[in-house]
Amino acid sequence: MKKGSQPTFEETAGTYIENAQLRRNIGHATKTIRDKRQLVVQELDDWEELREAGRQIKQKVMNNLDRYLLQLEKSVSKAGGVVHWAADAEDANRIITNLIKEKKGTDVVKVKSITTDEIRLNQALENEGIHALETDLAELIVQLAGDEPSHILVPAIHKNRAEIRELFKSKLNLKELSDEPADLAEAARLYLRKNFLKAKVGISGGNFAVAETGTVAVVESEGNGRMCTTLPDTLITVLGIEKIVPEWKDIEVFMQLLPRSSTAERMNPYNTFWTGTTEGDGPQKFHLVLLDNGRTNVLDDETGRQTLHCIRCSACLNVCPVYERTGGHAYHSVYPGPIGAILTPQLRGLDDRSAASLPYASSLCGACYEVCPVKINIPEVLLHLRNKVVLHQKKEGGFRQKTDPVHLAMKFLARAFSKRSRYERLQKMGRAGQWFYKKDGTISKLPGQLSKWTAIRDVKPVPEKTFREWWRDRK
Amino acid sequence: MSSSRDKILQRIDQALGNRTDSTDDVVERRYHQISELTAQEKVNLFQERVDEYKAATERVSEGELPGKLKKLCEEAGIKKLVLPPGIDENWLSELPKSMTFLHDEPQPLSKTQLNESDAVLTNCFLGVAQTGTIILNAGPGQGRRVLTLLPDIHICVIRQDQIVGILPEAIRKLDQTVSESGAPVTFISGPSATSDIELDRVEGVHGPRKLHVFIISES
Amino acid sequence: MNISLFITCFNDTLYPETGKAVVSILERLGHTVHFPLEQTCCGQMHYNTGYHEEINPLVERFADQFESAEAVVSPSASCVGMIHEFYPKLAALSGSKVLQDRIDALIPKVHEFTMFLVNELKVEDVGAYYPHRVTYHSTCHSLRSLKIGDAPLRLLRNVKGIDLVDLPGALECCGFGGTFALKNADTSAAMLGDKIRHIKNTGAEVCTSADNSCLMHIGGALNRQRSGVKTVHMAEILNTTEEGAQV
Repeated sequence: MKKGSQPTFEETAGTYIENAQLRRNIGHATKTIRDKRQLVVQELDDWEELREAGRQIKQKVMNNLDRYLLQLEKSVSKAGGVVHWAADAEDANRIITNLIKEKKGTDVVKVKSITTDEIRLNQALENEGIHALETDLAELIVQLAGDEPSHILVPAIHKNRAEIRELFKSKLNLKELSDEPADLAEAARLYLRKNFLKAKVGISGGNFAVAETGTVAVVESEGNGRMCTTLPDTLITVLGIEKIVPEWKDIEVFMQLLPRSSTAERMNPYNTFWTGTTEGDGPQKFHLVLLDNGRTNVLDDETGRQTLHCIRCSACLNVCPVYERTGGHAYHSVYPGPIGAILTPQLRGLDDRSAASLPYASSLCGACYEVCPVKINIPEVLLHLRNKVVLHQKKEGGFRQKTDPVHLAMKFLARAFSKRSRYERLQKMGRAGQWFYKKDGTISKLPGQLSKWTAIRDVKPVPEKTFREWWRDRK
Repeated sequence: MSSSRDKILQRIDQALGNRTDSTDDVVERRYHQISELTAQEKVNLFQERVDEYKAATERVSEGELPGKLKKLCEEAGIKKLVLPPGIDENWLSELPKSMTFLHDEPQPLSKTQLNESDAVLTNCFLGVAQTGTIILNAGPGQGRRVLTLLPDIHICVIRQDQIVGILPEAIRKLDQTVSESGAPVTFISGPSATSDIELDRVEGVHGPRKLHVFIISES
Repeated sequence: MNISLFITCFNDTLYPETGKAVVSILERLGHTVHFPLEQTCCGQMHYNTGYHEEINPLVERFADQFESAEAVVSPSASCVGMIHEFYPKLAALSGSKVLQDRIDALIPKVHEFTMFLVNELKVEDVGAYYPHRVTYHSTCHSLRSLKIGDAPLRLLRNVKGIDLVDLPGALECCGFGGTFALKNADTSAAMLGDKIRHIKNTGAEVCTSADNSCLMHIGGALNRQRSGVKTVHMAEILNTTEEGAQV
């Protein structure tokens, strides 16, 4: 098995959990948004019907993805845009770099896009001498700090106001600055406004692209999305191939599902929908980069395919008890939380040991599935991927896998459960073997893997009689 | 065409395997398509919801609008007002001559001019009551997208009969804009805002920091 | 009614008292309980850890043991959830149409104990007496996979003498998750820590639930912390009358 360069979830989760400040910030954020979400979702008596329509639309897209992509290519071209196809990150970064170089640009403004984080676009551009300025307040904070986003919706949620104040003071050369969010936002406004006005090239992601009309949507709050998609002469939009919807009418479904699930608002402040280019209004050159980068691998798996329905709302993060404790960084991916736990391993493949650890980063509580606006059955996919991980390990793991204690235990127990006599013998063995660990009627220390259990929990010893022994005696 | 294009299309075809044509599959749209609110309920709800975004709203009659606009400009210290092509000149009748009116035609205004202006006055295409959303589609009286983006205050006038109940009704009315003219569409729900710092909501980031909505309703 | 008890390997081995309580309550209500001795385990632990191929024999075994039953009842919400949700998939994976049909026919007869009492037997008052302060932990599988609703609470509310207190953050997972508790021990511990805090804050003497697996995890920590709070399966509370536990 190839070693991924990044640690597994379980290797670093503990470190993040121990960071009390981080846990407080994340806990506060997730609780606030999830409570608010509950209220705005309850307002709609047709929420379940909207979710079902959303699911069906996305399923239809996935089942016909090539056709819709070709339709989109045609409609965007007809509306004055240029469509590019990128099979992987390298492809996409090269296309974008060349487009910017054609414009002789050295600075571009960017509106928050996880897709561009996924392909590490900023780094690729930096290597070519192009500076991509993040304009979303949280992304700017993360960029100035040389940090990584930790939440899909609120990427800098791990930082508090005092930290942001210090960061802005030093990086934006400000002598006086309070730690009031309004003042911090104002500082960002002034700094970014200059850059918006002079930017020649803007880069965005896209929330939706309508195959029928070629219309692309950016959903946002601060107005930086409008700035980036309106002010520059050239706009480059990077779009995961799964972001398609068939027709304009479908927007009415997703524009009800997304804001309420994401920012927990009836509608977020700004949504921009543009169709190719418009003479005299906004960028006169529009490039749409369609990105695969592993998405067709996800499509290739019938159970996993539903992962591509995701509209990046982050509702699953906010209800996830695991995410709430660890925050986003423990996932070592731009896609954290439950959706990341199923998307990342499918995008990166199971040879990546960090990604392969993610399907296990869940207690399978199912809260994510309950809130998902497009009804992605995340627990189902998690279990499906765990099975794929095990099969992959059996195939590739060699001797290490064969001697892995969990693997051995699973094989042993499966054998024991397959026959009554073996099962009953195992029960007796358990009862006989526990004398060594039993003290004062409880077990407080177990060896090997089980020591992780007894680190914080006692174990009730196996009683004198199993239920079946009692039953037999009773009859 | 690029080889990436072929590669992606081929991968998709492989992934989907044998399939029957299903682009015709009908999506079950059992959600509400039409609002059951009366005209009066719609306008009331619209105002309530826009207010909740910390925008300012005022109900006026057609005749009251010029006076109210004058008062707003005085109070907010608006001296340079951006005007899109096709704006109703009657609305401006009481504004003092000392104000500077920045017309976007015949010569389009520069980014600098817009950035240095105080406010922009527009009408809109639609309003959505349920979400408190104003919808622009670059029509007469709205103009280019940038006009409502750089000025610090956006004053928007909506007529009561432009307010629909729920989003699906608005999407239908936008059909022509999107499919035929291809004009850009902007949804505006309150002033720009961020909750990026400790989830404390701050109104006014990059877009206009203030949104003032006049609702023309004859009652 | 002839009721077959699926005790689950976990309760059979570690929590026989729960099984005894189920038998006693059902008999008290006038039913006949059967216990097929060939039963072992539903395979949930394997399934949830990714070992799907290993447990196919268990699906068939379950069908062999229980398909002739009038009703199958189990005091484990998560094992019943496993059977309802994943046995059809496993049967399909086996490629045997016969097994698929057998499982499809069997599943509607498999019930979680408290849901069986309330929804099938239409009993909400089993004549229990339990003069203690109790808080109820709704397990994730009972809540989201089985959609248990308020069946357990209806039963508890009818227990005489009980002082039933709400558990804050009741809808949140306790952090057990089977092998999750070992593989992601740090995260599991953090989740458990919060659950324990909430339980202690209720001032309850007893924390109950429809599943001993979560209770083992919660109870293990309560015991380690010498909190004085006990964990007791629902069935054992329902089986306690003014004359004491009825076994």
